[in-house]
Amino acid sequence: MKALRNFLDKVKPSFEEGGKFHAFRSVFDGFETFLFVPNTVAKRGSHIHDCIDSKRAMSIVVIALMPALLFGMYNVGFQHYLVHGEEASFWATFFYGFLAVLPKIVVSYLVGLGIEFTVAQWKGEEIQEGFLVSGMLIPLIVPVECPLWILAVATAFAVIFAKEVFGGTGYNIFNVALVTRAFLFFAYPAKMSGEKVWISQDTICGLGSNQALVDGFTGATPLGQAVSSTTITDAIGAGMSPMDMIIGLYPGSIGETSVIAIALGAIILLWTGIASWKIMISVFAGGILTACMFNAIGANEVMNLPWTEHIFLGGFCFGAVFMATDPVTSPRTECGKYIFGFLIGFIAIVVRCLNPGYPEGMMLAILLMNVFAALIDYCFVQANIKRRLNRVNK
Amino acid sequence: MSEVIRIKKGLDINLKGKAKEISAKVETSELFSVRPDDFHGITPKVTVHEGDKVKVGTVLFYSKANPELKFVSPVSGEVIAVNRGDRRKVLDIRLKSDGQFASESFSKVNPSSLSSDEVKEALLNAGYFAFIKQRPYDIIANPNDCPKAIFVSGFDSAPLAPNYEYLMVGREEDFQFGVNALAKLTKGKVHIGINAESASKLYKGTQGVELHEFIGPHPAGNVGVQIHHVDPINKGDIVWVVNAQDVAMIGAAFRTGQITFGRSIVVAGSCVKKPAYYRVTVGECISNLVAGNVEGENLRYISGNPLTGTQIPSDGFLGAFDAQISVIPEGDKNNEFLGWIMPRLNKFSVNHSYFSWLLGKNKEYDIDTNINGGERAFIMSGEYDKVFPMDIYPEFLVKAILAKDIDKMEQLGIYEVAPEDFALCEFVCTSKIETQRIVREGLDYLRKELA
Repeated sequence: MKALRNFLDKVKPSFEEGGKFHAFRSVFDGFETFLFVPNTVAKRGSHIHDCIDSKRAMSIVVIALMPALLFGMYNVGFQHYLVHGEEASFWATFFYGFLAVLPKIVVSYLVGLGIEFTVAQWKGEEIQEGFLVSGMLIPLIVPVECPLWILAVATAFAVIFAKEVFGGTGYNIFNVALVTRAFLFFAYPAKMSGEKVWISQDTICGLGSNQALVDGFTGATPLGQAVSSTTITDAIGAGMSPMDMIIGLYPGSIGETSVIAIALGAIILLWTGIASWKIMISVFAGGILTACMFNAIGANEVMNLPWTEHIFLGGFCFGAVFMATDPVTSPRTECGKYIFGFLIGFIAIVVRCLNPGYPEGMMLAILLMNVFAALIDYCFVQANIKRRLNRVNK
Repeated sequence: MSEVIRIKKGLDINLKGKAKEISAKVETSELFSVRPDDFHGITPKVTVHEGDKVKVGTVLFYSKANPELKFVSPVSGEVIAVNRGDRRKVLDIRLKSDGQFASESFSKVNPSSLSSDEVKEALLNAGYFAFIKQRPYDIIANPNDCPKAIFVSGFDSAPLAPNYEYLMVGREEDFQFGVNALAKLTKGKVHIGINAESASKLYKGTQGVELHEFIGPHPAGNVGVQIHHVDPINKGDIVWVVNAQDVAMIGAAFRTGQITFGRSIVVAGSCVKKPAYYRVTVGECISNLVAGNVEGENLRYISGNPLTGTQIPSDGFLGAFDAQISVIPEGDKNNEFLGWIMPRLNKFSVNHSYFSWLLGKNKEYDIDTNINGGERAFIMSGEYDKVFPMDIYPEFLVKAILAKDIDKMEQLGIYEVAPEDFALCEFVCTSKIETQRIVREGLDYLRKELA
């Protein structure tokens, strides 16, 4: 470590003002603070500080995403071999999925971090860690067949127009990863929905199956099927029990299918307190109550979906655990978090039930509530102000 | 006796190097210093020159805005320097003690028998008035005001803070005299916040005060928190606050007829060999207290506690309002490798991504001055709320201050807070935002704009 430190100290001057690599100052800075905790000491104010920092907070979220990512990789391979009717070993299945998903992670990080590094250099600031999380979320919420160039365009759009123009990490109004998805969804609808995009059918680097697709193959996600039929099947037309839905071996966005993997992430987030349990719980409460309400009405197929399936299928769990709890785009008052979460759950189910054009409502629900987060805060802050005024008049 | 007020939000930081209740003796220093910056909110007009002879209570400077508000020498001896900085700003007045502590005259009388104006005049002339602060703004009180109440916090809950029960032993009579004097200065009551978990014999025996018992973690001992729960400050209200020891200091002058600025302090911290209590004088040089009594090389000396104190050199001086010298390690040469992802079992965090919450409340931590990260925008939410026991949204208030939105600051309760109330927010902040500095600047800005 000492040698590494000495090396960094030696090359540091060439990255500073006037050095020959000054154009890469932000990159050097990013790596230096990544390797060694900065030796910054308190100058005024509190002389001691808690040892949490934003790198820690962000990397905990990335760690919490790992179960969903690993399962997503396995599922991509599993679906591939399933629809080709071929048995494959665990490692072959996983490795196929790994090869299918890895390019998306690389593209997302390269594009996003590239923009972040450039902006940090331009503004003369430190690199902010926010994109560490967004960059991992983005590959997990897209279909496996989403073309890389489209993913690159969408990521660039989201980082620039949803984050940097507002001032960078901490100032954005919308969840960056969801803006990426919304951009994809509305700009390239054919690549984001339908029956073709959820299952990777080609071989990758020689890995995968060359056999013809099995009979009864359907590439639609369970929620897509729910719009038009009463029975929900997996990719080869076999029926699905609630247990199958919880395990998550069915077509869908890469990270969203397994309730178990997401639950592992939720445990990490709640244990560490990085995500707000208030938001998480109330998203589920809102979703369950609304689903039950629509069950009572029962005017179309989706309304008749039991609440368990609403929760288990699609992006509901993933959104509730990883997206709605983004501290920057959710309310900052503790009471506001309950309302915010509840309305996300409510709107997500309403979109699913009342608008068959969009099988999935979670993305729109969270983006819509991002807009209202500030309004919810405003109401609670205003109540506090009123209490203070009443004190004078008493 | 009113019921116990329970403070639920807050945080006790269990630092290594707490002092046991031992009084140690050390040779009184020759060097003393009075820093106008300690007395926030005044512009000093210096009245002494290098070489002038002074006694305890001789005026060194007065406030330009209120010439009757005088700041005096804590020792008898000689002025050895008036140090000035940029734009001739007075940094400090350096004094050399003759060891006699000869005092200017002061009337030996029970303040109960004096009128309000007589008490005020006596305090102003002896320089004691400078030890009365006012809320809002957390500045030295204006003698022309009549506060709605006077608050004294009877204990200090900050990390490594001295135990007032021990500090004030045998000062019952002084304290009573001091309270009698303060009672003359307000149309309201004198409130004392005491720790419900300790005996507080001293305070419970005091006449003419209203006692309020508090229980809970730091900042339960902050006078601002106590005011908030007893009689919150509204716009237009003025409340004065005095340190418990300074009440006794004022009382001692009335009781003995001698002006003294003696004070018991604690020297503590993980780098102090023998943390203990000492009897010193305001503004005294700390070199005798720390020389040979500290271990380690790269140290930070703080006048006050590690959350709110002022950094001073190893031969610096005790601040006017401080009853504590803390010595903790500097953190500027750590070069901690990948620290942000390590388990860091020996480091303290309120966040559960570390394990300090599982290691029990009794584990003591040696925290250095490293801020453990870089400054960021507000990211995590709800962190401040957990350590801020007032009905105020601290984060929204800080944002209103940053935006210089005066109306919002008023509405969100800036009149009730002082920078020290935000010390824990600053400690727990993931984004390493300097909240105490922001609040200080906000209060100063507001005062300037509304003047």
